Amino acid sequence: MEQVIANGLYLGAQYALIALGLTLIFALMNVLNFAHGQMYVLGGFVTYTIYGQLGLPFVLALACSALTLAIVGALVEKFLFRPVIKRSAREESTMLLAAAIAFLMDAIILILFGEKQRGVPKIINGVFVSDSLVMPYDRILVGVIAIAMIASFMAYMQYSRTGRAMRALAQDRVAAQLMGVNVDRYSMIGFALGALLAGVVGGLLVTITGVNSGIGGPISIKAFLMVMIGGAGVVGGAIAGGFILGMMESVGLNVLREFGDVTYLVIFVLLMVFLSLRPNGLMGKPWG
Amino acid sequence: MTTRRSVLMGTALAAVSGLALSAGLAPATAAEKELNIGFVGVTSGPAAAWGTSNVRSMQVRADWLNELGGVKIGDDTYKINIVTFDDQKDPKRAIAGMEKMAQEGIHYVVGPNVDDGAAAVRPVAESKGIIYFPYAFPKELYTKPASNAVLGMIANYQSAPAIYKYLKENKGVKKVAFIAANESDPLSQRDGGVAAAKALGLEVVAQNDTYPNDTRDFTPVLTPIIRLKPDLLVLSGVSPGNAPLLIRAARELGYTGLISTETAHDAAVLKEGAGELADGFISVGGASTPAIRSKTMDEFIARYTKKFGEYNDESNTKVYALDYIIETLKANPKAINDVAEFKKTVDTFGAPNPYVKEGTLKYVGTTSFGQKRQLSVPMVVTQYKDGAFETLFVGEVD
Repeated sequence: MEQVIANGLYLGAQYALIALGLTLIFALMNVLNFAHGQMYVLGGFVTYTIYGQLGLPFVLALACSALTLAIVGALVEKFLFRPVIKRSAREESTMLLAAAIAFLMDAIILILFGEKQRGVPKIINGVFVSDSLVMPYDRILVGVIAIAMIASFMAYMQYSRTGRAMRALAQDRVAAQLMGVNVDRYSMIGFALGALLAGVVGGLLVTITGVNSGIGGPISIKAFLMVMIGGAGVVGGAIAGGFILGMMESVGLNVLREFGDVTYLVIFVLLMVFLSLRPNGLMGKPWG
Repeated sequence: MTTRRSVLMGTALAAVSGLALSAGLAPATAAEKELNIGFVGVTSGPAAAWGTSNVRSMQVRADWLNELGGVKIGDDTYKINIVTFDDQKDPKRAIAGMEKMAQEGIHYVVGPNVDDGAAAVRPVAESKGIIYFPYAFPKELYTKPASNAVLGMIANYQSAPAIYKYLKENKGVKKVAFIAANESDPLSQRDGGVAAAKALGLEVVAQNDTYPNDTRDFTPVLTPIIRLKPDLLVLSGVSPGNAPLLIRAARELGYTGLISTETAHDAAVLKEGAGELADGFISVGGASTPAIRSKTMDEFIARYTKKFGEYNDESNTKVYALDYIIETLKANPKAINDVAEFKKTVDTFGAPNPYVKEGTLKYVGTTSFGQKRQLSVPMVVTQYKDGAFETLFVGEVD
């Protein structure tokens, strides 16, 4: 049982980190960023190229993933989402735009990095072994980094001037504007921050799970699942959703294994029942 | 005054004129005969590696043959042109792809790469006169009354008994566990593997464990299986992308037994994804290892690497389909526009295998399908070691 719980916590930490960026963008701009998974993949490939191919330090590669995705996110917001949001009377236009960006990024990543699964050398060797628990040290490290990053992100949103401005935007965009918050500027920072988080987690996890050009879509779907469990647009909800999904996967795969691949079937049924009872998810409204 | 409409019209006219001019300026190429060979398979998404290795193999071989002046079939010499269609692993798109091939008058198509796609295109192929070469294992595609599909590789129900028998006799394997992705191909391969293992008297300790194909972390999936301490862990129908992740997770959980699969894999992917943890991994390839491959295969690998930057070991098997099509058409030029002639030829066809030191290109499958509807590809069972494949043993399908 200790192994199942440890697996669930580790999965939960990485899932929560994946979902954070997605829920941040949704909270700030009411945009469902279908390209979130592709941004994760691009972050993974940047780390793969710099750490795996060029042999430069992992920390530098991770920083490059973060920077690359922050720039991509800022550009996407400024030149694509901002004009569409301003000029379109229909909210679904942003969804179509996000889907188009996802397909475009899929194609570009496939051309640039090829079709093969890619991996990098482990950042730390060895496996922790006890009577009831086996866990490679690199997973422990990644789990700890993920939790530290989640804590840093929450502190940044809570106590920094930028974080307060973004929270105000998430609460009430018009009121924030009337109070002097530069909506365009903080929307761009928020989108860049969301994309940066996707890039960092992609870079971090390439050391464990590798990366390939086709996994963006499935990553996005899983991230949406976590966000829906926790409540769209709520950071605490995304974190809770990530840990709940990780734990459900770990327990389900252990308990239900004799019945074949029914774990996700059960998770989806439970999600449907849960959403019919709590349509806004666990936390149900933007932070404030 | 220049308006947006006039600019657009001007651009369109210029484009049309350009196309017309280029068509008119190319009488030499228009006079040259061209043989179009189709590809319908998956070249995007998580399974892109399967189809990409197919289509790239075809393109490299076609470029090579064209560079040598083309292919002489009957009295005519043809340049080979590969027409590709990405079905995105979606049976509906596979049907659309096969219809596109029919509209373009193509009679020979390589692909699709997966079971449901191959089954979906069958009505189109049969009604439009197309011979297709799937990398999919359902027997009904190749047994009568079906006659237009030719299996492009060794099926798992052909290789699995040979592998398990070898491992039972040479490595003392007694207990086997199976794990498969929750998709039609891996599940059917798992069922075939389980039947083969039981027929050999092996104890199957796990056969219901599955995972979604987009799983990134396999530790939770493998944890309960490793506790059963199997001697052999079979990754049924595992994709090249998932194999290193599964191997790494199993080894990190302390598993020390053998790991095998019946699909083809890429050494570079295993090396990057699992490193030395992949040592000993058993899979099936074509003209895979330096021990058996010819100089022609070495040149093919060099050309592939030069064209695409990196070779894919899956092409050791997938290099064959185009050569089979061309050599069969050479043997019976009437088949170029008449697939009935092609079907007549497969029963007696034989040609030297250019990719191995000793071997023959011939159609097989009589034992498995009751008719010759399979390419004879060397069944090279390989073991991964230090970044490369080593030959474990070589088998043959009849």
